[in-house]
Amino acid sequence: MAINSNKAIKISKKHLLGIQDLTVSDVNLILSESKKFISLNKSKNKKNDTLRGKTQINLFFEPSTRTQSSFELAGKRLGADVMSMNITNSAIKKGETLIDTAMTLNAMHPDIIVVRHQDSGACNLLSQKVNCAVLNAGDGRREHPTQALLDALTIIDRKNKIQGLRIAICGDILHSRVARSNIYLLNMLGAEVNIVGPSNLLPKDINKLGVNVFSDMKKGLKNCDIVMMLRLQNERMTSSFLSSNREYYEYYGLTPNKLKEAKSDALIMHPGPMNRGIEIDTKLADDINKSVIKEQVELGVAVRMACLKIFCE
Amino acid sequence: MMKKKYFLNANIIDPKNSIEEVGGLIINEQGKIEAVGKKVNKNNIPSREKYIDLKQKYIFPGLVDMRVFVGEPGYEYKENFKTLSNAAIAGGVTSVVTMPNTSPVIDNVSIVDFLKRRGRDKARINIFPAASLTKNLEGTNMTEFGLLRDKGIIGFTDGTKTIQNTRLMSRIMRSAYDLDCLIMQHAEDGELSKNGMVNDGIIATKLGLQGIPDLAEKIIIERDLTLLEDFNCRYHISQISTTKSVEIIAQKKNQVEFTTGVSINNLSLNENDIGDFKTFLKLSPPLRTEDDRVSLVKSINQGLIDVIVSDHKPEDEESKRLTFSQAATGASGVETLLPLSLELFHNGSIKLFKLIELLTSNPAKILKIDKGNLSIGNDADFCIVDIYKPWVVKKDKIISKSKNTCIEEKKLQGLITNTFVGGEELFKI
Repeated sequence: MAINSNKAIKISKKHLLGIQDLTVSDVNLILSESKKFISLNKSKNKKNDTLRGKTQINLFFEPSTRTQSSFELAGKRLGADVMSMNITNSAIKKGETLIDTAMTLNAMHPDIIVVRHQDSGACNLLSQKVNCAVLNAGDGRREHPTQALLDALTIIDRKNKIQGLRIAICGDILHSRVARSNIYLLNMLGAEVNIVGPSNLLPKDINKLGVNVFSDMKKGLKNCDIVMMLRLQNERMTSSFLSSNREYYEYYGLTPNKLKEAKSDALIMHPGPMNRGIEIDTKLADDINKSVIKEQVELGVAVRMACLKIFCE
Repeated sequence: MMKKKYFLNANIIDPKNSIEEVGGLIINEQGKIEAVGKKVNKNNIPSREKYIDLKQKYIFPGLVDMRVFVGEPGYEYKENFKTLSNAAIAGGVTSVVTMPNTSPVIDNVSIVDFLKRRGRDKARINIFPAASLTKNLEGTNMTEFGLLRDKGIIGFTDGTKTIQNTRLMSRIMRSAYDLDCLIMQHAEDGELSKNGMVNDGIIATKLGLQGIPDLAEKIIIERDLTLLEDFNCRYHISQISTTKSVEIIAQKKNQVEFTTGVSINNLSLNENDIGDFKTFLKLSPPLRTEDDRVSLVKSINQGLIDVIVSDHKPEDEESKRLTFSQAATGASGVETLLPLSLELFHNGSIKLFKLIELLTSNPAKILKIDKGNLSIGNDADFCIVDIYKPWVVKKDKIISKSKNTCIEEKKLQGLITNTFVGGEELFKI
C-alpha cells in the first residue's frame, strides 16, 4: 500500500459525508496525515496548535461514547475550541428542526461541525445549510466514514497493505453504517470483501456493491486475513429478525472454532461497543495476539485529527 | 348567457367519440358543445362570426384526475379548493376526484355537505369528492357507502392507506356490490412496507433507508383480485408501480373485472432520481427501478392500465425541509400531469390518442360521469395545447399553494395555453 505523502494534494470535497464521495487520493491523503498523528498521540506533550483559533462543534443526536470522545479529544489535541452540544437539553427537544439548528449554529461561525444523527442523509441535509465543513460521525444506516478510515489505518498498521487482503465483515449488515463505509473503502483500496450474516440482516442487493455474500459463517471466513465483527443492533430492530441471541451466537458469533477457517495470522476487529457472548467470544475479544480492537480506538483519535485538520483547511 | 365561440383548424382528440382529426369546435351560448370535428370549418360557419384559428394546436377534453389531495378541511395551508382549482386549470384538468385524507376525514354525511358547498363556492372546476372506506381511516369499521353515495360521493378509498384486514375487505366488496359503489384501493401491505420510504433495492441499501419491497404491492393486489372472484364489485387499484403488479394484473384480467391506475410519477421517474436524499421525490408508491418503469409503460400499451393520475399531494415546505425519514410523502403535480404525460408521447413510448384516453374518457367511464369528452350537448370542458412548445418547470412558477414538485427544472414539451370549463375560458397563458 503506497501512501502518497505529497502535501500539495488537496482534498476534493468540502465535507466528509461518506466514503462514497471520496477518491483514492483523498483517502491516501487522510491516511498519510493520520500516520503523522499516531506518534504525536504517544508522546508526552500531545497537544499542538494546528487548529488554534478554530471552533469545532460536536452535534450528537444519538448516544455515542467512543466516537464523540474521540472527536472531542482530537479537536482539543489540535488546539481547537471544542464545544459538544448536549442534545437532551437543547432546543431540538423543544421541536426545532435540523435545518434550524444548523442555521443557529452556523450563525456562531464554527469552522467545523461533527454530526451524528439517527437518520440517513442528515449530514447531507445539514451540509447544504452551513458555511463550514461538516464531518459525518455516523448517519442512520448510511455511512460512518471515520470508522472505516480508522479500520483501514489499523489494517495497514498491522498488515502493511490492504490491496489483495481478504476481509470478512460479519453480523448485522442491514443496520450497519460501519459495514457500508468499510465496503466502499476496502473495495476502493483493493481488498476482497466477504459479507457474512443471516439473510434477515443483509440489505437487499448488497451483492451489487461488489462483495461476496455468505450466510454460512465458516465459508465466509475461509482464508480471511481480517475478521471484522459488527455489533448486533438490537435497538434498531423493530420486528423479529432473529430467534434468539443464543442461536445467533451459535451460528454467527465469532468463536475459536469458526476462526480456524480464517488464516492463522488473521486479525479480529470490532467497531465497538461489543456484545460479548453474542457476536464475539469474550476471550477472543481480549486476545492480544489476535484482537486489534483497542488499537482501533487508539488510531481513531489520529484519524479524526487528520480529518479535522484536512477539512478545516 | 355567453357569446358563441368558434375554434377552427385544431387537432382534435376525443377518445370517447373516437375522434382524432383536424377540425373545429363550436360552443353555444349555454357553454355546451354544439359541434365538433372536421365538419366544422371556415366554409360552414356564419361569415360574420369571429373565429379563432388554432393553427394546428391541439384540443383535448378537460382532463379527469382521479387522485388529488386537497387540504380542505384541516390543511388549508397546504391547499384549498381555490388554489387547487387554479392549479388544475393551468394543467388542463377540469375534473378531479378529491381524497378523503383530510382533518376531519371525509367519512360521514354531514361533512360531505360542507365539502360540496366549499367546492362549489371556491372551485371553478368539477369536484368529485371521495369518502373513506373506513371510519377515520382506521381500517376497522365501514363508512355508510349508500348514504354517502346519495349525498354525492363518487367513490370510496382510504387514500394513502390500505385495507389490511382481509375479512373487512371482503365485506367492503359485498357492500359495494349491493350499493353499486366504486372502491379504490391503495395497494400496500402494511407489515412489509413498515417504516419504508424508498424502493427496496440497491438504492435503499446505499442511502441507508428502509425499503418498500415490490411484493408489498403485489400481495394486496393478488389478495383483492382473488376476493373479487367471490365478491364482485366495482374495484379500482389506485396506483401500481412494479413489474410484479403488472404480471398479476395480466394474469387476472381474464378472470375478474377491475380497473387499474398509475401515477405519472411512476411512469416518468425512477429511484435513481432521488439522488442525494431529495425529499420531494419521497412518494407513495415509491419510485421504482427503471425496469419497473418500462414495464408500466409497456402495460399501458397492452391495455392493462386504464388511468393515469397526478397523485397530486401538496405538502408545505416545512414538511419537506427535513431528513428523508421525517419528511412528508408526496408531490404536487396536478398542473404538470398533462405536460409530463406528453413526454411519453414525444419519446415514442405511448401514442397520443392512448395517453389522452387514459387521462380523460377512461377515468370518466370508471367514475360513471359524463366528463372527459367532447360529446355534442355536453359541458364544454376542454383545453388547448401547444404540444411541441418547450418549457422548464420552475418551482416559483407553480400555481398550487404547495411547491413540492418532483420535477423541478425538468425540461418539458407541451404547454397548455387555454382551459375552458362550461364554455368559459378560465385559464389563458
